[in-house]
Amino acid sequence: MDKQKVNKKILAQLIIITLLIFGVGYVLFSGVTVGVYDIGKISNNMNYGLDLTGGVNVVLEAENTESDPVTPEKIDSAILTIRQRIDSIGVSEPTITKQGDNRIRVSIPSVSDQEEALNLIGKTAQLEFLGPDDTVILTGKDVVDSKGVMQTSSSGIEQAVVTLKFSEEGTKLFADATEKYQGQVIKIKLDDEIISAPTVNVVITNGEAVIEGMGDIDEAGNLASLIRGGALPVKLAPVEIRTVGPTLGQNSLNDSVFAGLIGISLVLIFMLVAYRGLGFIADLALIIYIMIFLTIMAALNVTLTLPGIAGLILSVGMAVDANVIIFSRIKEEARLGKSLLTAIDTGFSRAFTTILDSNVTTLIAGFVLFFLGSGSVQGFAVTLILGILVSMFTAIVITKHLVRLMIKTGLFTNNAFYGL
Amino acid sequence: MKKYKIVEKSKIWFAISLVLITISLGSLLIQGLNFGIDFIGGTIVTIELNTTFDSADARTIVDEFDTGADLTYAGDDKTQVIITTKRDLNTEERQALFSSFQEKYNLQDTDLLSIDTVSPSIGAEMTQNAIIAIIVAMVLMLAYITFRFEFLFGLTAIMALFHDLIVVLGVYSVFQIQVNSPFIAAMLTVLGYSINDTIVVFDRIRENRPKFGKYAYADLVDTSVSQTLGRSINTSLTTLMAITALYIFGAPAIKDFALPLMVGIAIGTYSSIFNASALWYTIKEYQHKKKEKVLATK
Repeated sequence: MDKQKVNKKILAQLIIITLLIFGVGYVLFSGVTVGVYDIGKISNNMNYGLDLTGGVNVVLEAENTESDPVTPEKIDSAILTIRQRIDSIGVSEPTITKQGDNRIRVSIPSVSDQEEALNLIGKTAQLEFLGPDDTVILTGKDVVDSKGVMQTSSSGIEQAVVTLKFSEEGTKLFADATEKYQGQVIKIKLDDEIISAPTVNVVITNGEAVIEGMGDIDEAGNLASLIRGGALPVKLAPVEIRTVGPTLGQNSLNDSVFAGLIGISLVLIFMLVAYRGLGFIADLALIIYIMIFLTIMAALNVTLTLPGIAGLILSVGMAVDANVIIFSRIKEEARLGKSLLTAIDTGFSRAFTTILDSNVTTLIAGFVLFFLGSGSVQGFAVTLILGILVSMFTAIVITKHLVRLMIKTGLFTNNAFYGL
Repeated sequence: MKKYKIVEKSKIWFAISLVLITISLGSLLIQGLNFGIDFIGGTIVTIELNTTFDSADARTIVDEFDTGADLTYAGDDKTQVIITTKRDLNTEERQALFSSFQEKYNLQDTDLLSIDTVSPSIGAEMTQNAIIAIIVAMVLMLAYITFRFEFLFGLTAIMALFHDLIVVLGVYSVFQIQVNSPFIAAMLTVLGYSINDTIVVFDRIRENRPKFGKYAYADLVDTSVSQTLGRSINTSLTTLMAITALYIFGAPAIKDFALPLMVGIAIGTYSSIFNASALWYTIKEYQHKKKEKVLATK
């Protein structure tokens, strides 16, 4: 066999491309600082789902009654109220979205006290002051400010209370009522529950009042922020609650990343063993695939969830499928006695329709999942769809160029090197 | 290339599938599916107790809230308890439940690892959505295959799909794996994966058709399946490797998802190689013989 001349220029290209892939990979996975530019790790720029970071996810359903029908306006204003409440406890970036006509989905990441957050979201917080004859004196709407503070009571005990400051109109109403009901009991009702029932001793004209009987300062603070945020315009009942503690979330992430690395390594080794030189190119394409996939996920701000990671790992198995189809085809063509380069060109073009038809049918399943699924199922669908699209590009376009480049170097002319 | 005689042994493949389907349907009829809270509603609370514990102690606490609740151990050192109740507990009940554990085991607020509560109404919707999703996906696939190939390819591909889905359902039933929302994703992935496999084989039949005599169906199918066999097996192997790693090392929430997928991919590959094209062959052959008979009687 003639020893073909090694094309140094093309060999250099191939080496540079390989180094470039690993270089970009290094920057992507460990981050780098160049002068004033700080390119962070991709893992820091990823948007993680609540199942991986910990957090609270609640779906609330508005109760529709004849006397109090659910309207889009009420849902919108309920969303505003919930947002105010969550903001008041200073939690980072809650996501509050409308679902269907009568549901609201609330997601709050990184909550340490899950029950406290749940309590805060779902309370209707209908605050009412009732006279002895159960007439409504004023409601939460008449309150302009409220705080949870420690206060020394008349009997000298330090206790947590909620202070209330009424609006101008509320001040007048309250003054009238305290005058009218002197010596009698005024009930303070929150969501049909009497939380305090003080006896009126003097006429209160300064528009301030306190609610006693709080367990601790936290409880007082929470109630105050509920009152500040205002009552929900409609009664909301939680129909689905999912909370994950921060440790559990982090463990799930670590376990899945580890599992993913093992799975991907196995696939890389398998391709190398089964297809040798071509397998090496497929492996390069697979690494490029993973890098593009993660970059798009981060760029589009797609939330990476646990099922999403499963989708990614599954897609790695399927991403090499296109290469497996192409390589089997190349083998067949080479067996017919075609030259290596011709075998590769016909192999790629023959395999294309197969890959297209098989992937389009899988894409159909992906889109159905996306449009008809909810929550975690949608997260899975996004990764599946993205995976198919990106892998078609890397497995067909990128592999083809790399394989041609490899042959043109003239270094590897032995069919056995390509597993043929 | 070695040519495998697939269609000659069609009866064997159909028999194997029939046995699998019978076992699956039998199990579905007898013990049904183990629906989780996503479908029937209920509450799951996971608490880290920081110590190994006596399940009787935990039982006493939980019985105050729901005597029908399931208790399971979790965590690396079995220090966590997972409480699954059949009805969805409200906020007060959940708080009281955690407080009881908090008192007994001296816990921090952060030891409450996770809460999942789903009302039964959501579950009914999920079931409905899942069925709609599968039917819509199948109809769209049938349409696409009819457009790109021919109706009979689409029909046999969908029949093979039904076979795969029933077997995966059977696995859920036989092993009583909990059916929760990942189940829908698992079923649809099997659907997508299995059809992908089948299409690769059919694509080859489509391509080879002009090279064979008009009615040399057996030869056509055998050649096409043999040519794509290497690819079918290699692809299944790579995908199975990736999922098996997930099953062994992944988070517990992923494991329930990985097992049916492993089975689904294996059975999907089997039906793509042996069932789909053999079915296509059987129907084609039947149609051909019928036509010949009509011609002969004329």
